[in-house]
Amino acid sequence: MDLRKSVEALWRIEAPQLIATLARRIGSLDIAEDLASEAFVSALEQWPADGIPPKPGAWLMKTAWHKAIDRARREETARKKAPLLVAGHGGELADVADEALDPIPDDLLTMVFTTCHPLLSPESRVALTLRLFGGLTTDEVARAFLVPTATIGQRISRAKRTLAEARVPIEAPSAEELPERLRAVLDVLYAIFNEGYSASSGTNLVRADLAVEAMRMGRVLAGLSPTEPEVFGLVALMELQASRFRTRVDAAGIPARLEDQDRRRWDRTLIEHGLSMLDRAFDLARPLGVFSLQAAISACHARAATFAVTDWVAILALYDALTQITRSPVVELNRAVAVLHVDGPEAALATTRPLLADRRMAGYHLLGAVRGDILTRLGRHAEAAAELERAAELAPTKQERQLLLSRMAQALAPRNAGGQSSEEPPAE
Amino acid sequence: MRVMVMTKGDAADEGNGEPTTEMFEKMRVFNEQLVNAGIMLGGEGLQSSAAGAKVAFSTAGTTVVDGPFTESKEVIAGYWIWEVSSLAEAIEWAKRCPFDPSYGDSQILEIRPLFDMADFAQTVDADALAKSEQLLDPTSD
Repeated sequence: MDLRKSVEALWRIEAPQLIATLARRIGSLDIAEDLASEAFVSALEQWPADGIPPKPGAWLMKTAWHKAIDRARREETARKKAPLLVAGHGGELADVADEALDPIPDDLLTMVFTTCHPLLSPESRVALTLRLFGGLTTDEVARAFLVPTATIGQRISRAKRTLAEARVPIEAPSAEELPERLRAVLDVLYAIFNEGYSASSGTNLVRADLAVEAMRMGRVLAGLSPTEPEVFGLVALMELQASRFRTRVDAAGIPARLEDQDRRRWDRTLIEHGLSMLDRAFDLARPLGVFSLQAAISACHARAATFAVTDWVAILALYDALTQITRSPVVELNRAVAVLHVDGPEAALATTRPLLADRRMAGYHLLGAVRGDILTRLGRHAEAAAELERAAELAPTKQERQLLLSRMAQALAPRNAGGQSSEEPPAE
Repeated sequence: MRVMVMTKGDAADEGNGEPTTEMFEKMRVFNEQLVNAGIMLGGEGLQSSAAGAKVAFSTAGTTVVDGPFTESKEVIAGYWIWEVSSLAEAIEWAKRCPFDPSYGDSQILEIRPLFDMADFAQTVDADALAKSEQLLDPTSD
């Protein structure tokens, strides 16, 4: 195995904890990251001759710490009276006992709270979190977002500068702040997942790498905060959704609805792991939050061997709980789909009516898509076609637009073709 | 990428005593590291090959060999499924697996990336592929 590849792999494994522990000791994420990078450069220089040490993490920490001491001493010499960038003098740093440098998992948790700090813009949180908590290289982050490396590099530097200028301490949030700050971290991970799950722009609907990375970071976070049900809920949600990656679009790249997906191709490994994560969330016996509830809904689909045996009553109950805590029109719309399967199309149509007046839904293509489906079932084909056409205009990707237009054509087909539709099976 | 990591040992060393508390604890710590790194998706341990059998095919015919597989140098004792960013990453993790020579001097971790059905799409007829997916899947009919 090529040594460079091994070192890259070790960055992925060791860098987050290394940077987190250095940041705690030094009080700066920026300097901690520099020191970690320098330690890896040393590794690339020394390991070809010496081989990879048996405990590479400890080697890297020791090397990075020596560099911290050198750096502090250089600064002392250069500017005797000026305030030091590093919190401590070279001598003091040199006196730090080895045990004080032992990696502590809490350091990693503190770091992710910092990379998802509310002072930072959402896109900076995403870039910084992938870089420092995920251990991706700047190149890898850039590639995933289809932007030049320099852009991501600048975004990360700017984020670190913002934190330094605001003197954000590298410490865990207080107990009062914790729920809100944890939610911020979960939101960042879910945003990264969704960026991979369904690219918001461009023609490539599934960009799985980011989603895989988000799931991995979620599992790491679950290990760091094992008493927070929503962390498990988020991991479960991501894994259950990702279990359907393979079937989410058809061979032509057109999104497939749940009822049209070939469930035999769902990823059983992710489903099993996701369901076990959801159990962990339930086991903590606290009120379920938005991620756990959505995961529980996703689990109902994962457990159904066919679309026909889906437990819509359970799904509707979960949506009822979810609408209570989110008050989101998108959730209301999804609830309408559950109403459709439990109480029929008339009831479902009534559920969607208030959403037409909701300004937040004005540009949302799925409102028209769902109403189009309900109206088709009611035999109101012209209205269905109008809804689907409007939805197609609002669709964010070419593939979704295509799907909606073909459904519009289907909505009109039964009448034009004398009730014959080659696509639909005969009514039961 | 998803990999299967198989633990293998010499059949002659099978049943070299029950795991000691110390070794058990070391393995627990290692497994915990894998879980906390977010890469562990699953795994199972296998009973000794004495409890198993082999069915061997050749032009001379089909034979059944009962366990234990005494002549085999690499008997699978268990496996993990990991989600890693590269083979190199899986290797670095595998190197950290605890090793206790009292179970035998030859212990191997074999790392093999899993196929996705998409990998066969180039060589196998689409119909055959769809049929084999049905067979492989426990939820089909």
